Amino acid sequence: MKNNWFFKNWFLLACLGFGYAFLYLPIVWLILYSFNSNKMMSVWGGFSTRWYGELLTNEPLMSAAKNSLIVASLSATLAVIVGTLAGLALTRLGRFRGRTLLAALTSMPLVMPEVMLGLSALLLFVTLQTLFDWPARGLATITIAHVTLCSCYVTVVVQSRLSQMDDSLEEAAMDLGAKPWRVFMQITLPLITPSLIAGWLLAFTLSLDDLVVASFTSGPGATTLPMAIYSKVRLGLSPEINALATMIVVLVTLALAVTYFALGRTKPAVERS
Amino acid sequence: MNFWQLASDVVFRLFRRFETIGAGLHRRRGRYLVVAFPMLWLSLFFLAPLLIVLKISFAEPELAQPPYTPLVQLAGEGEYKTTITLSTESYALIKDDDLYRAAFFNSIKTAAISTIFALLIGFPMAYAIARARPDRRIILLMLVVLPFWTSSLLRTYAWLGMLKDSGIINNTLISIGLINEPLHILNTDWAVYLGIVYGYLPFMVLPLVATLVKMDLTLLEAAADLGCRPLKAFFKVTLPLAMPGIVAGSMLVFIPSLGEFVIPDILGGPDSLMIGRVIWNEFFTNTQWPLASAIAITMLLLIVLPLLIFEYVQNTYFSGKRRA
Repeated sequence: MKNNWFFKNWFLLACLGFGYAFLYLPIVWLILYSFNSNKMMSVWGGFSTRWYGELLTNEPLMSAAKNSLIVASLSATLAVIVGTLAGLALTRLGRFRGRTLLAALTSMPLVMPEVMLGLSALLLFVTLQTLFDWPARGLATITIAHVTLCSCYVTVVVQSRLSQMDDSLEEAAMDLGAKPWRVFMQITLPLITPSLIAGWLLAFTLSLDDLVVASFTSGPGATTLPMAIYSKVRLGLSPEINALATMIVVLVTLALAVTYFALGRTKPAVERS
Repeated sequence: MNFWQLASDVVFRLFRRFETIGAGLHRRRGRYLVVAFPMLWLSLFFLAPLLIVLKISFAEPELAQPPYTPLVQLAGEGEYKTTITLSTESYALIKDDDLYRAAFFNSIKTAAISTIFALLIGFPMAYAIARARPDRRIILLMLVVLPFWTSSLLRTYAWLGMLKDSGIINNTLISIGLINEPLHILNTDWAVYLGIVYGYLPFMVLPLVATLVKMDLTLLEAAADLGCRPLKAFFKVTLPLAMPGIVAGSMLVFIPSLGEFVIPDILGGPDSLMIGRVIWNEFFTNTQWPLASAIAITMLLLIVLPLLIFEYVQNTYFSGKRRA
């Protein structure tokens, strides 16, 4: 029996090791080969930080990165507003006319292929353009399409937080005569702030990562980072892309670590409520 | 009662009616705003576009800007009536053309095979994570989710570099003497399966962990006490109890991979056509907007079907649980 137990654990540990190796091997490869001085990616030519220098002076990639950061931060912020309102409506307003529609509208984009979302958003913008000469396709249209997609993810995050959360505090505030707006600002908002941050980060990464929807909805001259990377990847491997990937991995890990520790410290206060 | 009195009474009553509506709106304005803003946004930028796609899928291609015929021809000068033309040409093309049929079949096949592999890799991982100490479990889970936060495009690109004939995987396998010739994995269906399993593994592991953590371990002890071998207990006890997680995880992998574009485009060969790629090509390369729209609508139906099955399974599971 003891032997059997050991064997089972050994097997599970092997599976775990294999799984994590599978998940992290490509990332290790990305980082390792960003320091390869040889432009031929298959041969190791020694350690070098040359590609980081070339990346930072690569004008098209840098401006695409700037565009992506603008689009991602704007869409994440708007998506948090839309998503929080939708989450509030779905959890705190009880039954209202159109609740089923709103629930369907916030969950459908989650399962819809990006190609479909991109295509439909573009066709809307084309239709609007022929009717009203507005909006011109560019960063603004990418942002609108991203807000639509990301707000649904934010809704899920906020909704799950709100439905787990006891609403007795909100009720108590209402009983004591606080207006709904004040209840939201003083009770609900502070309690759901961790989920709002999580939702913002999720929306930000989704927008930063998106190639398909952005390619459909962008206009001439509006290139986001994934679009620039994609056109470079189609031409073959490039150590610059590895350097870029390494920087993104480091930034994301740092951001996640910071939010994890920041939220970790506020967590007891939330749990206590 | 003279006419003016009557008139003012009517106006007054009308005004009162509006006043009650106005008071209601004013009293519940927060409520209306909370619902209206997301509703309007999603209707305008998600629902309306879907209807436009549906509309354009019934149009005919035309060499113009935008490149499709209008469905509704308003009566212009010298014409007498408004005409509505619905063309099912695009749908007929999808039904009859081998290329599109193959793309649909290939998408379902790729998604199904990738889901099975994701389950085979994800289940033991999830099992081990669920049985780990709670403080370790959080770290293990975070490690599963972490890659998801970095760009999927770049992670797919990493496989492009690793799977090459002269890439790190082939070089390692040759240097340890396992193979003599490099394996041609890149630009085959296998590369696509690998990419999809890699990209969607967290979606498989997370629901599985969620159900396996809830499992009552005394059931396994009871099975062992009654003389059940561990392997049999796994199939008779663990697997049925993990079914909701298996179904949820499989759906979360299967549905998005049906329409996947990036992974088959970068890792797949010229003949690993999937619907997402076909839509992209028809739209950007061939400017066949009606055809691209019709394929998109067909794909949507294809996705709604497994979702309905999923809903059904979920509902039967939950009602079963309530009975217990």
